[in-house]
Amino acid sequence: MTALVEQLKGGLEAPICLTWELTYACNLECVHCLSSSGRRDPRELTTDEAKAVLDELHDLQVFYINIGGGEPMIRRDFFELVEYSIARGIGVKFSTNGAFIDAEKARRLAAMDYLDIQISLDGTDADTNDAVRGDGSYATALRAMDHLRDAGFGPFKISVVVTRHNVDQLDEFKALADAYGAQLRITRLRPSGRGADTWHDLHPTNAQQRQIYDWLLAHGEHVLTGDSFFHLNALGDQNLPGLNLCGAGRVVCLIDPVGDVYACPFVIHDEFKAGSVRETGGFSRIWKQSDLFLGLREPQSAGACASCGSYDACQGGCMAAKFFTGLPLDGPDPECVGGEGELALSGQTAGSAPRPMMDHSKPPRVTPVALVRK
Amino acid sequence: MTTVDAPSALLDRALALHPQVALRPEPFGALAYHYDTRRLVFLKHPDVVRVVRALGSHETVAAALVACDISSDRFPAFERALMSLIESEMLCDRAG
Ligand code: SF4
Ligand code: SF4
Repeated sequence: MTALVEQLKGGLEAPICLTWELTYACNLECVHCLSSSGRRDPRELTTDEAKAVLDELHDLQVFYINIGGGEPMIRRDFFELVEYSIARGIGVKFSTNGAFIDAEKARRLAAMDYLDIQISLDGTDADTNDAVRGDGSYATALRAMDHLRDAGFGPFKISVVVTRHNVDQLDEFKALADAYGAQLRITRLRPSGRGADTWHDLHPTNAQQRQIYDWLLAHGEHVLTGDSFFHLNALGDQNLPGLNLCGAGRVVCLIDPVGDVYACPFVIHDEFKAGSVRETGGFSRIWKQSDLFLGLREPQSAGACASCGSYDACQGGCMAAKFFTGLPLDGPDPECVGGEGELALSGQTAGSAPRPMMDHSKPPRVTPVALVRK
Repeated sequence: MTTVDAPSALLDRALALHPQVALRPEPFGALAYHYDTRRLVFLKHPDVVRVVRALGSHETVAAALVACDISSDRFPAFERALMSLIESEMLCDRAG
């Protein structure tokens, strides 16, 4: 364990990895959406409120923010907010499904400094991708990538959630990114949002975890992963590149579309809600003084992992993954490579896991029933 | 591309924080973020932070170290720290 990781556990003056989901509205309905997005929330922060938050982040010297959603480009003030942020010295990385990037918008985006774009793609062919992200979403993403390339945006990112069904395509994803002069980012599927219902069918098998680990050992230097795969470090002596700790409330946090602040984008649940930017003291007070965040910065117990020789490398895995599968937070990750998580899950009563909150999924479509008179 | 100088030559150079780099104070020292390369570097000692901030207003690295009350037996450690900050482009030579 490095001294630096110990320092980070105690928290920072301001987050490094702040995600801000601008809206719950989305044109897609991905089955693993971490924020259960679909419909806009009427309480969404106004443009002025959002700018006031950016002013605060500027004062805190937040270097950059990760904008997501929902589909952030649905907001009418999307460009206004991005431009305001950059003008305040806060770089922007934003995630999009690409539906609103046409040739003109691509040129506008390409003209901006300190802006990074991630296009979400979960398969290197339409069948694999659209099964998760919806019909036509593969073609949409590739069209956006074409526009960005043609506009000379430079190295944008292709962001992939690794599942049981696309894990064999990692080489192809890499080749696709290379062909576009883009950078590949792969992240872990977590049982958050609508992912709580699909995780059991989509998450990589134990054999596939080893496959991801080996692939990252070979290619990891050129692939972004954030804090996705540190639970795999228990597989070998060599740690994967990336952040090797759960940064929730320490270096990571989420501001959701209505201004609520959570410990991490993958834990949208009251238990991990630290407050709202609309309250007195705003975001700064929450980051510096909320009981939840201060508690997360205390030394955490290793619980059932304490006797495991891999704890230093794996840290017991991801808090969100444990929480939404109903496992104790101070025990093994559901995808523990030693099989401890699987064991714990097998003894669990069905339906005992906490349900994600803030569901903004669209109501099920009513299929018109043809009334045929016989 | 210039070759990496021997550490001894470093003391005579005039350095400054790269204009695209921001420093944020932290309990352990500071975080440095480079807006162009998007790199984040941890300055893990408050003395390193003081020296880095002082570089821009002194003729040489040695003068900045002296102004920050760094004793000469600690110079080699600081030279190593500063070299790695030059390699990550957090610091650059001052023009003219
Ligand atoms: S809860 Fe999981 S996703 Fe969130 S910061 Fe911790 S490890 Fe990362
Ligand atoms: S038992 Fe805990 S520390 Fe050990 S590999 Fe599993 S999750 Fe990691």
